Amino acid sequence: MRARLSSYAVVLLALVMVGGLYTAFAAPKPKADAGTTGDFAVSQGRQLYLQGCSTCHGLANQGGAGGPSLVGVGASAVVFQVSTGRMPLANGAAQAPRKKQKYDRDQIDQLAAYIQSIGGGPTVPSGSLSDGDLALGGDLFRTNCSSCHNFAGAGGALTRSKYAPALKKATAEEIYTAMQSGPENMPRFSDNTLSPDEKRAIVKYVRFITNENKDPGGAALGHYGPIPEGLVIFLVGIGALIVVTLWIGARA
Amino acid sequence: MTTAAEKVGAGTATWVDDRLGSSNFVKRSLTKVFPDHWSFMLGEIALYSFIVLLLSGTYLTLFFEGSSREVIYNGAYLPLKGIPMSAAYESTLRISFEVRGGLIMRQIHHWAALLFMASIVVHLMRVFFTGAFRKPRELNWLIGVLLLITGLLEGFAGYSLPDDLLSGTGLRIAYSIMLSIPVLGTWVAFLLFGGEYPGGQIIERLYPVHILLIPGLILGLITFHMMLIWYQKHTQFAGPGRTEDNVVGSKIYPAYAAKAGGFFFLVFGVMAALGGLAQINPIWLYGPYDPSQVSAGSQPDWYIGFLDGSTRLMPNWELRALGHTFSPNVLVPTQVLPGVLFALLMFYPFIEAKLTGDKGYHNLLDRPRDKPVRTALGVMSITFYVVLLIAGGNDIIANIFHLSINEITYTLRTALFVLPPIAYVITKRFCLSLQRADDELIHHGIESGTIRRLPSGEFVEETVAVPAHYSVLMATSDERRAAIAHSEHEHAVAAALPTRPRGFFRPKGGVIVEQAPADKELEGTVD
Ligand code: HEC
Ligand code: HEC
Ligand code: HEM
Repeated sequence: MRARLSSYAVVLLALVMVGGLYTAFAAPKPKADAGTTGDFAVSQGRQLYLQGCSTCHGLANQGGAGGPSLVGVGASAVVFQVSTGRMPLANGAAQAPRKKQKYDRDQIDQLAAYIQSIGGGPTVPSGSLSDGDLALGGDLFRTNCSSCHNFAGAGGALTRSKYAPALKKATAEEIYTAMQSGPENMPRFSDNTLSPDEKRAIVKYVRFITNENKDPGGAALGHYGPIPEGLVIFLVGIGALIVVTLWIGARA
Repeated sequence: MTTAAEKVGAGTATWVDDRLGSSNFVKRSLTKVFPDHWSFMLGEIALYSFIVLLLSGTYLTLFFEGSSREVIYNGAYLPLKGIPMSAAYESTLRISFEVRGGLIMRQIHHWAALLFMASIVVHLMRVFFTGAFRKPRELNWLIGVLLLITGLLEGFAGYSLPDDLLSGTGLRIAYSIMLSIPVLGTWVAFLLFGGEYPGGQIIERLYPVHILLIPGLILGLITFHMMLIWYQKHTQFAGPGRTEDNVVGSKIYPAYAAKAGGFFFLVFGVMAALGGLAQINPIWLYGPYDPSQVSAGSQPDWYIGFLDGSTRLMPNWELRALGHTFSPNVLVPTQVLPGVLFALLMFYPFIEAKLTGDKGYHNLLDRPRDKPVRTALGVMSITFYVVLLIAGGNDIIANIFHLSINEITYTLRTALFVLPPIAYVITKRFCLSLQRADDELIHHGIESGTIRRLPSGEFVEETVAVPAHYSVLMATSDERRAAIAHSEHEHAVAAALPTRPRGFFRPKGGVIVEQAPADKELEGTVD
């Protein structure tokens, strides 16, 4: 109990300090937005956190039976987890699935600001995330991502019911923050491993292959490679031709 | 009055006659008879897809550069601009994005390759289940299996040519398969690849193999295959007027030629439709080969898939002894298994003849149900093969259906040994019960649905005699022949050939009976 109280105290102190510092630096700036940064955001975020997340992540972010500590994961992990709908977690599947978002954009930013305020960590960079070098992105994607997510971002199976999801639904921000935070079985790609420019390049390429690429050869067959091609040759090719032979045979 | 056209025709005929002597050979060839059954057209699909492969492949050679020289890409596909790659890969990109009609040709070529192999397998199944491989046709069965194997190698060579990520992944696996050969492995692999993988030579070596060596071999085998069919004549199912010593069907010219010609265009149409509508092997998405990369879901084309499957199912055993590493985990599924499978397949006709003691000539086909053991063996083998094929796609299945890849693998390991015997037992019983149903039909006739009440109050159902062409088909044993002969519809059995309306593929003149003395024909001396 004493440990708990003291950890509350530490967190409170940290909060006050961070908040204080924040106001000190941010004070001159006009507060233009709907309260997604700054003190207000942090306190709003804390409210949201206590209501929606603390049951698993602990009242003071110390982690608990239900989920890990969020100290130091950074705003970007929160943006990724909450905007892909993974958090708040619903039930104990092998892996947190992508779901419908439960929080709106402002609330996500507030949650992010709160988590950022308690332990720092990677943040979502400002500016466009998808103005990178397409060809560089392709090369990096094939080196770092396609072993799990498949060459066209169609997804792939990992061991024991785990899977790397298809990337079609992921927004530029989600792709970027996924790399920064490395959810579950995905490795974290820190800025030392992949620089921000390289991450932008990957974002650009992933968006290209999953959303802009018009398959010039026709139906993409799910981008799963030779397996669906084999199915098609038997079901459509051989199938159609056997029907034809039957038809010719019946007329003989 | 003869028209100008007729004059020209007659003139040409005389001109040819004058030079080639009597037109006996041509005449004999044109009046040759080919039996009609839908399943006899499966081999034709293979033939026609090979023709399409030759034509589309020739177009590709005009633009393909079989070289591993490194270049920096500067072509039309922006997402690869500035990336280093081999000239082979670059030229395949050029075919896909810059050469007129290049992409559809590549796609037709690849779909045709898949269709070629698929139709060979389906054709093989037809030959197997109808017993068409029996004496005197064992040799043609052997040639068929050789065609299957050369087709497999040809396809693998083609798949490796574009030097994309999937090609390279496949080649790397081929390299480790070679390494796993005991004692000789390293030597063989270095010899073929020109050094440690990737060796920098393999594209240069595979290219002539793919466009000259193996296609030449296949062409030769196909020619031999066709010649044997010509001399031994085609088999046929039993039927009215059909015996071991004749062939009932349509004349090669015009009926059969019209039919086959029409069928060629239908087969070609299917390949063209697939090539135009369904994307295959999008090498620009795989990217150029780079040893540090590998994509999820890297698979070979379907005809190699069973080897991929056997490797995935094999437990990961490795032995170290006497300073050598032995890798049964690679050796068994990729060399021992296909070696045994292909040997069994090749020698099956001889094995069956030995076991059944059947040394006779057979020109009439079996109905699968009448040979329950063979049919059951066939279904058993197909089951084994299909389990391997499914195992080759275990990761895709896990991904699409959100299953555990480990559980799929355990399940398939069990299935590989449990399902084939089950398939054997079920098929055999199924054949036997079909036979019993046939016997009943022969003895009692077809139930007409009309129930009559006898004066005694008893109800009986009236039966109708089995139609002649059907009962002849069922007359597969002496016992059955006797039963049919004794049935009150004896006359119907011996009835004349069926007369049915002629269709588009079957112009007038239809059914011809070609009589030939059995002994002479089977020695292949007569035509
Ligand atoms: C039902 C329990 C539960 C609830 C409620 C929940 N989480 Fe989680 N959370 C987890 C678990 C378990 C993990 C670890 C597994 C994972 O990443 O999916 C996790 C992981 C995370 C991570 C990633 C941590 C990392 O190391 O990258 C973040 C960020 C996160 N949660 C944020 C939230 C936020 C914000 C909320 C409230 C909106 C929330 N969670 C609600 C259980 C929960
Ligand atoms: C070791 C395998 C692995 C690698 C390598 C990997 N990922 Fe992932 N990725 C995953 C897994 C597993 C998840 C799902 C995590 C979860 O559900 O919590 C994931 C999730 C994602 C998501 C979220 C998708 C969505 O729709 O919610 C994105 C985006 C993503 N990864 C991008 C990338 C990029 C970009 C790279 C390369 C820089 C990469 N990943 C490399 C395994 C991997
Ligand atoms: C049994 C016959 C054949 C089979 C099974 C076969 C199979 C294949 C396959 C699977 C590919 C990869 C294609 C791709 O997706 O890019 C390929 C490529 C190629 N084939 Fe064939 N092929 C056959 C015959 C031929 C012939 C006869 C030629 C030439 C005369 C030829 C020329 C080529 C060329 C140049 C390529 C590389 C070009 C490219 O990949 O676009 N092939 N072949």
